[in-house]
Amino acid sequence: MAIEIEQPRVGLSKIAVSKTHGEDSPYFAGWKAYDENPYEEFGNPSGVIQMGLAENQVSFDMLEDYLEQHSEEASWGKKASGFRENALFQDYHGLQFFRKAMASFMEQIRGGRAKFNPDRVVITAGATAANELLTFILADPGDALLVPTPYYPGFDRDLRWRTGVNIVPIHCDSSNNFQVTPQALEAAYKSAESMNIKVRGVLITNPSNPLGVTIHRSTLEHILDFVTLKNIHLVSDEIYSGSVFSPTEFTSVAEILQWRNYKDCERVHIVYSLSKDLGLPGFRVGTIYSYNDQVVTTARRMSSFTLISSQTQQLLGLMLSDEKFTGNYITKNRDRLRNRYEKMISGLRNAGVECLEGNAGLFCWVNLSPLLESQTRESELAVWDLILHRVKLNISPGSSCHCSEPGWFRVCFANMSEKTLEVALKRIQIFMEERKIKSD
Amino acid sequence: MRLIVPLQGVVQGRGGLILGSLIPCALFYFLQFYLKRHRSPPPASSPSSSNLPELARTSSRSNLTGRGSMGQARVSSRASSIAKPNDSPYYIGLDRASEDAYDELENPNGVIQLGLSENRLSLDLIEQWLSRNLNASILGGGGLSIRGIATYQATGDGLWELKVAMAGFMSQIMGRAVSFNPSQLVLTSGATPAIEILCFCLADPGNAFLIPTPYYPGFDRDVRWRTGVELIPVHCRSSDNFILSITALDQAYNQARKRGQKVRGILLSNPSNPVGSILTRETLYDLLDFARDKNIHIVSDEIFAGSIYGGDDFVSMAEILDSEDVDRNRVHIVYGLSKDLSLPGFRVGAIYSWNEHVLTASKRLTRFCSISAPTQRLLIPMLSDTRFTQEYIETNRKRIQSMYDLFVAGLEQLGITCAKSSGGLYCWADMRELMRPYNEKGELELWDKLLNIAKINVTPGSACHCIEPGWFRCCFTTLSKKHIPLVIERIRKVVETCKPPS
Repeated sequence: MAIEIEQPRVGLSKIAVSKTHGEDSPYFAGWKAYDENPYEEFGNPSGVIQMGLAENQVSFDMLEDYLEQHSEEASWGKKASGFRENALFQDYHGLQFFRKAMASFMEQIRGGRAKFNPDRVVITAGATAANELLTFILADPGDALLVPTPYYPGFDRDLRWRTGVNIVPIHCDSSNNFQVTPQALEAAYKSAESMNIKVRGVLITNPSNPLGVTIHRSTLEHILDFVTLKNIHLVSDEIYSGSVFSPTEFTSVAEILQWRNYKDCERVHIVYSLSKDLGLPGFRVGTIYSYNDQVVTTARRMSSFTLISSQTQQLLGLMLSDEKFTGNYITKNRDRLRNRYEKMISGLRNAGVECLEGNAGLFCWVNLSPLLESQTRESELAVWDLILHRVKLNISPGSSCHCSEPGWFRVCFANMSEKTLEVALKRIQIFMEERKIKSD
Repeated sequence: MRLIVPLQGVVQGRGGLILGSLIPCALFYFLQFYLKRHRSPPPASSPSSSNLPELARTSSRSNLTGRGSMGQARVSSRASSIAKPNDSPYYIGLDRASEDAYDELENPNGVIQLGLSENRLSLDLIEQWLSRNLNASILGGGGLSIRGIATYQATGDGLWELKVAMAGFMSQIMGRAVSFNPSQLVLTSGATPAIEILCFCLADPGNAFLIPTPYYPGFDRDVRWRTGVELIPVHCRSSDNFILSITALDQAYNQARKRGQKVRGILLSNPSNPVGSILTRETLYDLLDFARDKNIHIVSDEIFAGSIYGGDDFVSMAEILDSEDVDRNRVHIVYGLSKDLSLPGFRVGAIYSWNEHVLTASKRLTRFCSISAPTQRLLIPMLSDTRFTQEYIETNRKRIQSMYDLFVAGLEQLGITCAKSSGGLYCWADMRELMRPYNEKGELELWDKLLNIAKINVTPGSACHCIEPGWFRCCFTTLSKKHIPLVIERIRKVVETCKPPS
């Protein structure tokens, strides 16, 4: 038998082999279980119901109706130049009329309380890319961003993997409904300092993922004052701004800046996307809106790595320019999400499960700590595992969101039909009843 | 000792009071000065501070412009190095050509763009296909159903059907000499992020890739910006028709080692941009041997593989690996639809690799650069229509060939010859005789004349890191045939002013 001489393995980078992609966490393991045994109303009624995916599927019909009624706009048309120009357009400024449409959509969502200048809109292929891009621009490897906990698990990868930037958590807890306090902000900053890490900015998600609540105006004002005092940046990820159940409950940092006559605004940057509000994650449409000229210029150039297909810009530019359509969409979408939410919490309450009082987003922040054997992360994961494999629901454990209190879970309600939601709520009810009987 | 005396004088109240107070003050002053120059950067100043905001120490002149335009909070050093106005003629020319764009009717004295390697010769074929098959719908196939295309894909590296279609298309493009396995494909929003992803995966900050010159100016950005990876030029010369020599490669590798710089791979473009030459089978084998010997990677950017004219056949690195049984882990191919299929706006690129780990890491990284769903949906039926794609590929090649022939003949009338090339959307023109002095300055002056007098934008070799001054890349696929005489006439104006006095 010939002797096998092993060729020297050709090396890869540290980034390639790092675990910062985070795909070994429960957040992603649950998806795997769902993929292997997905619920289907008739085909697989005992399969896993996916409640770990924050997607909006309640308003597709409105988009489809629009396209049907506007098939002229939804085609490149008879004139040859339509397609040709579109196919050749790779300017990183993005189509002017698309940026204008995005700016006006963002204004409508905020009820006209803030104005957006299309020339400050930078396009990216999704908010994921927008957040990473901003991190590259605002921080050097080894620096840090302060992020309130609990936060979207994807941030661990999006903000840190290729950038080499750290996340220092701003700890929030249930004593005040997980709102950011001045003490927590200061403590996080000091903690970074004590590790000799330079803090470059604060990154907030408003409305919050996974909490499903909007940030109070006073809290926002304090955060703004804090970053001004420390001379650092503020990134406000407002990807769920169109998914607030009532039009008056959301305050964007843009409104506060406008109210303050744009004083000290060059440190503020807003991230937005159509993945949640329009339910179009596959389209890969994200934006950075920055009040800082240098950041806008830099972000534009860097967006070469993550441009939006001109075809998509064309289509969505047309749709979002139709203010009658968008106004109607925003209102109806809000109502439908609110109905889903109310259905969800009433179902949970009937089962004896409490959740945080939410007013936005595609999910509830549910308190399952009574089910934990001990108030530890391990117990939380045991409960998560139980719910995944016994109750056949994939929900996201708070520990994957870096929540400092064990026992909280994010449960999504908008990525399924109403019927499926009812099935899920029923399963929860049965599960809670069984546990009650057991413990009695 | 001397220092103590005056101080003693102070203490004892004797003469030297002035010296005694002066010297400590002087010392104190010098100490402050020393500390100021050597201490680490101060923390970010508060708004009330009169210091300039703390900015990264780069050579960027943008640091010195007024505070107002930059705001107080600093940006990273990565950002600062990018934000300064780009002074490469490559970008300046592109900007000028678009600001003052030639239009037959509206702006007949505008700048004619020969600096953008775009193909406008065959879009009509795609338009026809679109109206026949999809009723020209922007949303692509599958009717108007948003639901089907809207949802998130568990992996962002492309729908399976698109990978299958793309693998088939790539095989067709390369003359069916090799077949591509869809499961080794990772799709990205353009070839630009594909290159960057590979650099992130194959090299650490400070490591380097060897790259033959002249090369595509965009690589300086794509490879180096955010990754911190370096490019080491391996100079090619006109005497070799700018073909890479393994000797030069070896020299560059050894020199890097002596400097303590770790080389992780070779980055090639084949067909070459800007020269347009294609590598022979033999050279490809030699490159593979070299890479094996040094245990490094090869990234082969084959984005112009379908834009072949002239008699030579294109041989992909994939074809070489097909016949080799070992060690495919070091080869990675980059492809995309911006050039061969004229769809740069749609952002469609691909990484093809035999390395499982690179595929896994790349797939995860596509979350930052996935192809938009409607574009995927549009392309699946188009690329799967092999009759259409075959017809497109053949017709497109013929059209590129005939533009090339006309353009090169036109240049020859002016006494300008081009390097031998058989691929790409451009020719590599030898304008050395038109330059005085024969150096980079002379080249830039000629470039400037061509831009401002002839009103044509071409890319000077220095922007491509060419070691020999005087070469210019001229893209001819954004023109129509009737414009060629106009372009030649305009160049003639400059050629006449450059003729040596008789």
